[in-house]
Amino acid sequence: MVGVPLWWKTTETYRAWLPVSQIRELEKLQLQLSADVEVVFARGTMIPEQQKKVPLTQTHEEDHAVDEDTALKYRYETKYRTATIMEEDALNKPTAAQADLSLHMLSESPCGSLVIYVIPESSPLLPEDVNVYIGQRRTALLRVGAQTRTAKTIEQLLDHLQPQIKEVLRVMSFSRADITAALSDRVRFHPGSKESIADNMRAFKSSPGYEITFSLLNPDPKSHRLHWDIEGAAETYIQPLLTKMSAVANFSIDSQTLHYAMLGVNPRYDSSRSAYTLNADSLAHVINPVEARLGSNAASSNPVLNFLLYVPDAHHSPLYIQDHHKQEVPSNAFHSPRWGGIMVYNVDGYYGPEAEFPVDININMAKVMGVFLAQLRLLLGVQSSAAPPGFLVAPCGTAGLADWELDRLMWSRSVENIATATTTITSLAQLLDQIGNIVINDNIAEQVSSAVTSLQLAVAELEAGNLGFALQFSKEAIMASEKAFFDPSLLHLLYFPDDQKFAIYIPLFLPMCVPILLSLLKMASEARKKRREKQAKKD
Amino acid sequence: MAAYRCSLCARLLLLLILLLYALVHSEEIKQGNIHHVRGVNKPQTPAETVERPLEERQCEATEVNEAVSSDAAAHLQDYPGPDSVLTSTPQLKDDFREELVIRPLHSGDIYASFQFRTVWETDFTRGSKVSHYRLFPKSLGQVISKFSVRELHISFTQGYWRTMQWGQPYLPSPPGAELWVWFQDTVTDVDATWKELTNVLSGIFCASLNFIDSTNTVQPSASFKPLGTANGTDHRFLRYATLPREIVCTENLTPWKKLLPCGSKAGLAVLLKSEKLFHSSFHSQAVHIRPVCQDWHCKTTSLELRQTLNVVFDLHTSGQGKREWSLFKMFSRTLTESCPLASSSKIYIDTTDNPQEEQFELSPATPLLSQAVVLGDRRTFSVYDLTQQVTFGTVRSLNVLIRWKSTEGDMLRPLLHAERYVAGYGLQTGEIHTLIYNNHPFRSFPVLLLDSVPWYLRLYVHTLTVTSKGKDNKPSYIHYQPSKDRIRPHLLEMLLQLPPHSVTEVTVQFERALLKWTEYTPDPNHGFYVGSSVISALVPSTVAMSTNITQEQPLFSTFFPCKEESNYFMRVYTEPLLVNLPTPDFSMPYNVICLTCTVVAVGYGSLYNLLTRSFQIEEPNPGLAKRIANVIRKMRGVPPL
Repeated sequence: MVGVPLWWKTTETYRAWLPVSQIRELEKLQLQLSADVEVVFARGTMIPEQQKKVPLTQTHEEDHAVDEDTALKYRYETKYRTATIMEEDALNKPTAAQADLSLHMLSESPCGSLVIYVIPESSPLLPEDVNVYIGQRRTALLRVGAQTRTAKTIEQLLDHLQPQIKEVLRVMSFSRADITAALSDRVRFHPGSKESIADNMRAFKSSPGYEITFSLLNPDPKSHRLHWDIEGAAETYIQPLLTKMSAVANFSIDSQTLHYAMLGVNPRYDSSRSAYTLNADSLAHVINPVEARLGSNAASSNPVLNFLLYVPDAHHSPLYIQDHHKQEVPSNAFHSPRWGGIMVYNVDGYYGPEAEFPVDININMAKVMGVFLAQLRLLLGVQSSAAPPGFLVAPCGTAGLADWELDRLMWSRSVENIATATTTITSLAQLLDQIGNIVINDNIAEQVSSAVTSLQLAVAELEAGNLGFALQFSKEAIMASEKAFFDPSLLHLLYFPDDQKFAIYIPLFLPMCVPILLSLLKMASEARKKRREKQAKKD
Repeated sequence: MAAYRCSLCARLLLLLILLLYALVHSEEIKQGNIHHVRGVNKPQTPAETVERPLEERQCEATEVNEAVSSDAAAHLQDYPGPDSVLTSTPQLKDDFREELVIRPLHSGDIYASFQFRTVWETDFTRGSKVSHYRLFPKSLGQVISKFSVRELHISFTQGYWRTMQWGQPYLPSPPGAELWVWFQDTVTDVDATWKELTNVLSGIFCASLNFIDSTNTVQPSASFKPLGTANGTDHRFLRYATLPREIVCTENLTPWKKLLPCGSKAGLAVLLKSEKLFHSSFHSQAVHIRPVCQDWHCKTTSLELRQTLNVVFDLHTSGQGKREWSLFKMFSRTLTESCPLASSSKIYIDTTDNPQEEQFELSPATPLLSQAVVLGDRRTFSVYDLTQQVTFGTVRSLNVLIRWKSTEGDMLRPLLHAERYVAGYGLQTGEIHTLIYNNHPFRSFPVLLLDSVPWYLRLYVHTLTVTSKGKDNKPSYIHYQPSKDRIRPHLLEMLLQLPPHSVTEVTVQFERALLKWTEYTPDPNHGFYVGSSVISALVPSTVAMSTNITQEQPLFSTFFPCKEESNYFMRVYTEPLLVNLPTPDFSMPYNVICLTCTVVAVGYGSLYNLLTRSFQIEEPNPGLAKRIANVIRKMRGVPPL
């Protein structure tokens, strides 16, 4: 009598309380993305009658059901107003870029919002064939077409404008394709076209930090003594982009020089060009042998983006990369999805045939960094989707990234983080539910509840349109959920399954079963005998 | 009833046999698993990235975005470094030197010592983030800056250095793995940093350094002073640990070679082929990182990385009695070039005992001779400079060859020498004896003895005796830190004065503790290792030592800083001890479970039968004759009896 509760008490596993019901709710993900859009009409785009009606606000909602558990709702809150005097001044600047800059000076629109300026048809800001100009910040200039002049009421005017505004939003803000790609962790898609898969796979997964490693590969230190000012170049070209993206993730840059590092493929000699060529098909084999020497960061576990600058040895120069159509790739570089990029840098032009080896060579970092910066944008998931006809996209400035591009990235990263964190948390809850004797420590329960809280906050902030906070909370959620999921105390191998526990008791149970079974058999046979006898008697 | 009992017994017996078989089998599986785990415990180094399937690599040509490239072009104007071929070599901030010293030993063996040194004029200590690496390996640099390491010394050794036969090594190291680290004084939680550091290093060097924990880590108070520039010598920031059990092999050599700027592709490192290096009597590889002075004033410091590899080849037995060796015989390679990144690349051959070539003959002959003061002695070396094309001669390959002429000549006894053993019988108590020899004929000198003994040998410090020449020798300084069970080891440090030409014996008794069953190693009957004692000494020198650090000297003579001319620093490691602990029979618990369960089951069975069966008096069976008669009668159709 005393033994049973005592045994029960001592063999009990400690299981802290988990917010199971809230986790259940997370299984059904209902996200609402809200963006504020401001449409500003410049002088000359509206007739006075229409002007009386503004300012006015419209909300526009769009449903996007991904699968039965995941549904998205896009909500654009559009405000229409006329331009202020200062904005008019700004719009009277000679070029679109200048107008963009001065509009930015006037008012800084918050993260995730957009301002579209509707300018009259006669405005000299945009060239003839361009209808929409997308600036470096969060503004776009939209020229009204000729047909709007027929519009009498504001509704008619807006009806004319609506398709164009939608088009602008598709480019500058979140699009269905982006969000679907971001949800790939949660939702299994039917494979679409090969192109889109490659697009989705190219960018790195969302992570709280990235390590960017530049490696100079010098297979022939006997002939080439290479110098690269990587410190200065990284500071000049890469750092502005990373500073701008610091809201998305932490970055760290380092570089190394690897000598006697060979590519895995022997380049073929092309006598027609008197150059060595690497085929696009063989590029996949280039990386593996090099990778063994690259090393990973011993001091952190963030994903590493590798950028390799390969200077071919003197006997295999010049070396060019060919694409699938046997054409030389102008940048002489390629990238590998979720891994990094390689650029081949030929130096044979910098010295004559009678040069005395080793030759000191200074590498032109501007050329190299231009390529690496483009690759870095791709790998970090900054989509440069082709603009529709009639659109002019301003070249990104010194940072290498326009504000609206950053917003787009932040939208998809927030959604991706939320999707990943919910799957992690729900699968953790499932695991803990399935294996009953895993100990759940207080710290894990704490991580789980903080992840759930952050997730709820992130969803709420997305709904409210506060993109910056949403991303912040989604990052916290993902960190807490990963920490809980990968806690060493949750290793289910540490716990004995019930069948093994039973195996230990088998030496006791098996011999004890034998007499019981035998007597059961005997009882059964006796019962049968009795019944037969009874039947016999009846007969 | 009896038949029934009998069948029950037989069944039980069968069951028991089955169970025993299962038990033995499960034991085997368990053992196998443990061995497997030990193998796996060598963790995957982070440096070895997992090879991914090729299919996953979808490489795409990069199309440089017009916007970006035009932007980059815009930057080109204000970018200072235009494309050009430099006419003068720019100021290099790092420097790499490589060196091989070969010392023919009197026993007929060959001692080869490689040293690779990278000096980098950078300041890790001031918190500035250093992330651009050229010659210095990135993996180590990241570790140093992340963990705020001031000095790091790590060595992996297979075999024991026989001081009495081979003399002193250029760089001493104990058998197994040794790691000692000085942290910067900015580190707040030294123990946590140390734990993390050992885990990272075990990944980098592919060794079981992750087994270093608080039970084998000590903080010596005097024996391990920083070797580089350091004024703070607060031993709170020092951690020292040894793993005498560690086995060194190719998987440790490969990551070590990977740290060299030229890898094993050029220079002296091409000789480092594991199939030859590990076919030797002694193999030791080490990495030493420390800050050193840039110049005589020592205003700025640089970071020095020394990678050393010492190996003793036993050519006497492998050479079929012929005493002759060459680079090719030792390493199965010859040298064809120096590492193009090295500012100096030299081979030194110790020819001090052979001034007139009466002992051995060296070919190809070299005109270069160099003298250096090593270990308190002036030695003469023949030098081959690999950066000169002349060295390689017409065949474009260098194969140094030594042919012995006589087997005579005896070695000077090393001035300081030590040995250690366990005495006693039985499995309860024992006694550790440490013998320290001072072979100097007339000078006495002080030595520091460091002993780190695991907690499961409980030292009785009151039994500590130190005797030299039959007299009690009182240590002038004793630092003793008692052990705590399962938390920290014993640490015993003493300063002893060794009288001239004497043997000093240090004895201390211990008791063996009984471990918990999970604390035993997979092969507990092999015994438990106790790390080497460390003897650090300032030994009087016969010649004046050079104290000028800036003077260009061979690398092997500059490892331990020398502060006085009259003596030199030396470290001697004793043998590690192998101690048997009382070991239980590990299959016993399961045997006991099985046996008691069977007994209980048998008892239960009989009790059950007693309780459930109803006993009746039965008619005695008719006799055999009667039964046969009945059968016959039945056949005949007559009613039975």
